[in-house]
Amino acid sequence: MKNKTKVQEYFTAFVMLLPYIISFFMFFAYPLAKAFIISFQEFSFLGDTPPKFVGLLNYKEALTSKMFLDSIVNTFYYSILVVPTQLIIALILAVIVNDKVKFKDFFRTTYYLPTVTSPVAVSIIFLFLYKTDGLVNQILSHIGITPRNWFNEPSFVMPAIVSVAVWGSVGFYMVTFLSGLSTIPDQLYEAAEVEGAGESTKLIKITIPLLKPMIFFNTVVSFISTLQMFDLSYIIGGSDGGPMGKAMTMVVMIYRTAFKEFNMGVASAMAFIVFGIIFILTLIQRKFFGEEMSY
Amino acid sequence: MWGRKTTYGIGVKMIFYSICILWALVTLIPYLIAVITSLKPVEDVTKFSIDFNKLTFDSYRYITHEFPFLRWLFNSFVVAVAVTAGNILFNSMAAYALARLDFPFKKVVFYVIIGTMMIPGQVLLIPIYLILNRLGWIDSYKGLIIPWLVSAFYIFFMRQYFLTIPKDLEEAALIDGLSRFGIFFKIFLPLSLPALATQAIFIFVGNWNSFMWPSIIASSEELYTLPVGLNSFYGQYYQFWNQVLAGAILLSLPTIIVFVLFQKYFVKGIVTSGLKE
Repeated sequence: MKNKTKVQEYFTAFVMLLPYIISFFMFFAYPLAKAFIISFQEFSFLGDTPPKFVGLLNYKEALTSKMFLDSIVNTFYYSILVVPTQLIIALILAVIVNDKVKFKDFFRTTYYLPTVTSPVAVSIIFLFLYKTDGLVNQILSHIGITPRNWFNEPSFVMPAIVSVAVWGSVGFYMVTFLSGLSTIPDQLYEAAEVEGAGESTKLIKITIPLLKPMIFFNTVVSFISTLQMFDLSYIIGGSDGGPMGKAMTMVVMIYRTAFKEFNMGVASAMAFIVFGIIFILTLIQRKFFGEEMSY
Repeated sequence: MWGRKTTYGIGVKMIFYSICILWALVTLIPYLIAVITSLKPVEDVTKFSIDFNKLTFDSYRYITHEFPFLRWLFNSFVVAVAVTAGNILFNSMAAYALARLDFPFKKVVFYVIIGTMMIPGQVLLIPIYLILNRLGWIDSYKGLIIPWLVSAFYIFFMRQYFLTIPKDLEEAALIDGLSRFGIFFKIFLPLSLPALATQAIFIFVGNWNSFMWPSIIASSEELYTLPVGLNSFYGQYYQFWNQVLAGAILLSLPTIIVFVLFQKYFVKGIVTSGLKE
């Protein structure tokens, strides 16, 4: 009797897990193994030639491709500009909106809107605003700045994309900071006030230190997501990476190599290189920020 | 929070409000300009001024009648709703097994689910494409929907929620003769509505906005989702900014409405998903 219910329970669990199990093998485990194999093969999607084992040739080709190396540089340039900018703005907004102002619900809702807006819509709106005769240039010309085609000049395209990315994601990080702030106990502030601490002391001695795990968490999330940037760069710069390829990111490069040039082998090698970069950086960040994170 | 009971000097208050209002303007003005421009005739789109007599819904009428925008909108809805429904059911089922049932290799399954979250999606893109190609699912709803029906992250999320449901409730139901499936459908799912709503909203919005995957899978125009369709429309008609921006508004509106109606779930979702294990 006991055994029968046990078998029944195993069976129930199996049925309940079945959709996940199917999806895991079909869309995760097998593809992951396959991607690894393809990265050592000459695999052109076009034509009927069977895949051929080429050893590390794809990795060599990826790492000697100027376009791919440039895309790594561009992506890091993007990350280094986006991560601190968006986190600092998000943190300032979170601390203020937490409960110091009226209409805070209105502000929170407003700031979050871009994060639910499609990146395609966001890109298109900013393509319009940043046009040579667009509104941004019209305003800038009033303060004596020459109108330029922001998305079409090699040295301006990435900073312009950065501004769009920051606009689009500050709201998300603000909300995560708000949730971090809500976990700080009131008594700490009360105690500090009794001791006669001023506002800035409380901010520096209580809020920021207690928010450190959240700052770490957001830095990692923000960094990893910027390294995987695709939509903005692809919609604004196209598969050629915009002016002189300066908007080309690592993922756009993978996409281009796989689905425009149909060079699946090299694209897979690039994907594993990107994966390696992200993985190593995550480990370094973990070390750098110490054992703060309790998640 | 920081100094809740203090009353601030007028100067500090003014700085706070200035920052808040400034960022609200930075956020809202692009939308506002997009809406106004979409209502302008094409010869006025780069003009700073607004001629209220000339505002019209013509560009919306035009793109939905002369171009397949309604078809793309429909495709986006079908795909997003199907993916959301699949995730709600399948993630919860797996989560229930992990939270409440006993079976061999349970720990292994749990760590595998956590582990899959660490792999960036681009690595899997090419082989999944090749698998779907062999199955003949390229350029079909199946290809757009089926790879996304399950999400490791939300299995984890639902498991955490199910763990908070009291065991006594379940034992009483078992004694009353309810089966495990009965318990799952009649007790766990109804008790988890807030978590299910959070999950549903994030998955709907994420899928609605997804661009890379549909642009790989949907090659014929009738199968485009709205983001893919709008991007290709922009590529050809970029000088007709009133129409392009009308398309951008059409694409943004559904998720903005969902967000404004259900915002408490968004905040809850981020709060619960960001922290604790």
